[in-house]
Amino acid sequence: MNIGYYPGCALHGSSNDYEQSLRACLRALDVQLREVKDWICCGATAAHALNHKLSLALPARNLALAERDGHKQLFAPCPLCSMQLLKVQKAIAGNGLRAELSQIIEADLRGDGQILNLIQVFQTIGLDKLKAAVKEPLKSVTAACYYGCLLTRPPDVVHFDDFEQPQSMEAVLTVLGAKTVEWNYKTECCGAGMTMSSEETVLDLAYKILSNAAAHGANCVVVACPMCHVNLDLKQAAVEERHNKKLGMVIYYLTDLVGLAMGLSAEQLGIDRHFVTKAQS
Amino acid sequence: MSRIGIFTCGCGENIARTVDVDEVTKQVSSLPGVRCSANYKYMCSDPGQAMVREKIASEKLDGVVVASCSPHMHLKTFRKAAQAAGLNPYLVEMANIREHCSWVHHERRQATAKAVDIIRLSVEKVRNDTALDPIRVPVTRRALVIGGGVAGIQAAVDIADAGYEVVMVEREPSIGGKMAGLSETFPTLDCSQCILTPRMVEVGQHPRIKLYSYSEVEAVDGFVGNFKITIRQKARYIDIAKCTGCGECWNVCPLKKNPSEFDFGMGMRTAIYIPFPQAVPARPVIDKKVCAAIIRNGCKLCEKKCKAEAINFKDQDKLVEEKVGTIVVATGYKLYNIKKEQDKAWLTGYGEYGYGRYKNVIDSLQFERLVSASGPTSGVLKRPSDGAIPKNVVFISCVGSRDNAKGLPYCSKICCMYTAKHAMLYKHKVHGGEAHVFYMDIRAGGKGYDEFVRRAIEQDGAKYYRGRVSKITEEDGKLVVRGADTLAGVPVTIEADLVVLASAMRPADGIEELAQKLNIGYDEFGFLLESHPKLRPVETNTAGIFIAGACHAPKDIPESVAQASAAASKVQVMLASDELTREPEIAAINEQTCAACFTCVQTCPYHAVERTELRTPRGSFIKRTARVNPGLCMGCGTCVSVCPSKSADLQGFTEQQIYAEVESLA
Repeated sequence: MNIGYYPGCALHGSSNDYEQSLRACLRALDVQLREVKDWICCGATAAHALNHKLSLALPARNLALAERDGHKQLFAPCPLCSMQLLKVQKAIAGNGLRAELSQIIEADLRGDGQILNLIQVFQTIGLDKLKAAVKEPLKSVTAACYYGCLLTRPPDVVHFDDFEQPQSMEAVLTVLGAKTVEWNYKTECCGAGMTMSSEETVLDLAYKILSNAAAHGANCVVVACPMCHVNLDLKQAAVEERHNKKLGMVIYYLTDLVGLAMGLSAEQLGIDRHFVTKAQS
Repeated sequence: MSRIGIFTCGCGENIARTVDVDEVTKQVSSLPGVRCSANYKYMCSDPGQAMVREKIASEKLDGVVVASCSPHMHLKTFRKAAQAAGLNPYLVEMANIREHCSWVHHERRQATAKAVDIIRLSVEKVRNDTALDPIRVPVTRRALVIGGGVAGIQAAVDIADAGYEVVMVEREPSIGGKMAGLSETFPTLDCSQCILTPRMVEVGQHPRIKLYSYSEVEAVDGFVGNFKITIRQKARYIDIAKCTGCGECWNVCPLKKNPSEFDFGMGMRTAIYIPFPQAVPARPVIDKKVCAAIIRNGCKLCEKKCKAEAINFKDQDKLVEEKVGTIVVATGYKLYNIKKEQDKAWLTGYGEYGYGRYKNVIDSLQFERLVSASGPTSGVLKRPSDGAIPKNVVFISCVGSRDNAKGLPYCSKICCMYTAKHAMLYKHKVHGGEAHVFYMDIRAGGKGYDEFVRRAIEQDGAKYYRGRVSKITEEDGKLVVRGADTLAGVPVTIEADLVVLASAMRPADGIEELAQKLNIGYDEFGFLLESHPKLRPVETNTAGIFIAGACHAPKDIPESVAQASAAASKVQVMLASDELTREPEIAAINEQTCAACFTCVQTCPYHAVERTELRTPRGSFIKRTARVNPGLCMGCGTCVSVCPSKSADLQGFTEQQIYAEVESLA
């Protein structure tokens, strides 16, 4: 299976462990990632705080490039990136801003492709196929699936799962033989970009998330977002220090667990590069 | 040659100010077929009407045009006057030279000329009028009431007390509806059952009310005055004539763990059960989905205990027919489903409130059962998870209502009141407990209503927060309610033991199917449509069918009762005589020219056109044709406009008349 791939800045920067993991994992599932050539930043939170048109034009260019490259399906592993691409599709639907955006980016926009987040990639591969690929069922894993803000929101843009009580990530983990817990912070914000401007906010939010996951019996938290991983993994030591409590919660990308279940090693998946590892806890 | 009289009115100065009435009178006197032309300052007054009557007699008029105001105002007046003088009333037409002319123009000369034109049209219409006779429809002097909640009960008792027979059909095993399950009612806090159950008994014992409980309307045939109703009596497995309601059967039933419908799952019932002790009829019913005797021919303890031999495990649904003249629909409401599963694609539910996942998140009707003296906890407020007395209760209003994102834009009207009542009842029952209410606006219009809400806040100390709750989670056995207080501008987090959601009101299940059977209108949410929101609030657009209670719109008990009595009085008017008189201005099909395409049958909004056959007196087939049922036709003219062979026509408004009117202007 071939799919278009828009990594976004994070996966080529601070979260390249995520890219390592998903490349290893998807390769094992016989999925070829065709990276969009010449892609640019989607604007993330910065662009739409400044200029609405800019916040659409940046992802619009990426969408146009993907369309040029002939990708019918475009996978954006960062939920913010995929939401931005879907936002463009929504904006040009019914020819709303199609002409204007096409003019700004100097390229035609069709907006007819399918934008996939990470979970949708697994759904596209097929959970049956995934189940068949499992070599080592994750019997010892009791996971708290953490969707964060953007994987399911805004609901009228992403149209993905139940935005208050999503279950799609649990469905993937169940196939892997892992247990999941019902907990309270599945779709709460981790603080995201506040990690630069207001670290305390992130540390407090992350503490709530991590301690609630632990209180509900989870031995790890699973994410599908680079920013979530940064705030829960990289910042965990700071969280522990601020709240004076040892947490030791391992944070996996969803691809990590899929990879482990298929028999890939922690090194292949980049799990050893995480800040909180099993060895520490 | 016709002999038409024209009577032009000055309407005081209303017409005469702008229209030269004398000039009009003179000019129209020479129109073809006009025998006489006269005017008067107030044609509708006694002397004016006398003038019309005298002229009809003295000039032997065969048609009358009254040039005055709108026919809505006085057509009936002048038709009556003409009839008194021996002229068929349908040979009277009105030329509206007030609303259509004098009131909307200033220039006297042009207005006068226009008035002449308007009268010329009417003269042409009268020249082509034919004498018509009112249609008389025999009336079955009985009424059907669908639904046995407080609205249906009120309507049925009112009609029966007036001397007419009533057939009541109730879907549940007992009448009483939602009100029978309520604890106390706002704004007086009188006990709901205490005021309702005597009315229920009245229905059960009334010599003129025939009650079909545990039954549904299967089919509706016929038309106003002559409805034929097929009723499905669902298998109850009890012969209610033999049964004495002694209770041996449900006391002995071993299957005790079935969620009680009447308690909205807050309590349990046996497989053979009566919904509540005051049920009418006080006869049990067997839940065929759980009864071991019915599922696998086992148990049968109840049958052994029943001395009356009233239990019949082989019981089956029965269809019975009833003939009635009019129908009152009072099918009530249900609550918006807060969970994710919805019966309509445009409803989403509130996953964020955890209803259905957290035991201590309940809806308002469940709360009613928990504080009702007749409820599963005998009125002691115990939370569902562990039976503990909740020390902190959060009430959330507008769950589903006024929330476009969740599918229902309308206000459910009663939630502000019952939420205040809930907070009050809670404070009365649990001293030292805290009641927190999240609201969007407090809508407490009604006699004593706002005072009641103030009492909840000021005397009973309920804490009100203007804002929405964003999420409810459960931590360490506590419900963590996170919301906003938009007046203080701060987020609020409350640890609660119980959360009560004031869920929106929706019409009862199956309302759309029932409305289709009855051929009455409903809105996008399923609420039944009244004929006119102000002037015909209990009538539907189908003659002889009336609506009452929450099937029409969210409403409280006083309003439902008032509407039910209004519907009952409309029914009584209709049943007061053996015959019903209807206006003859309805469609007729020329059966000779009808091409039997039946486009009219498909387009008629009232299902008044039928397929039929023409046969010779000996019964041999001539042709197929459409035929109008005069009992159903409302005279809208849709069939006339769609008939490709020009065989349909509207009596009193024939195509010939319309064309003659138009041509008169040429």
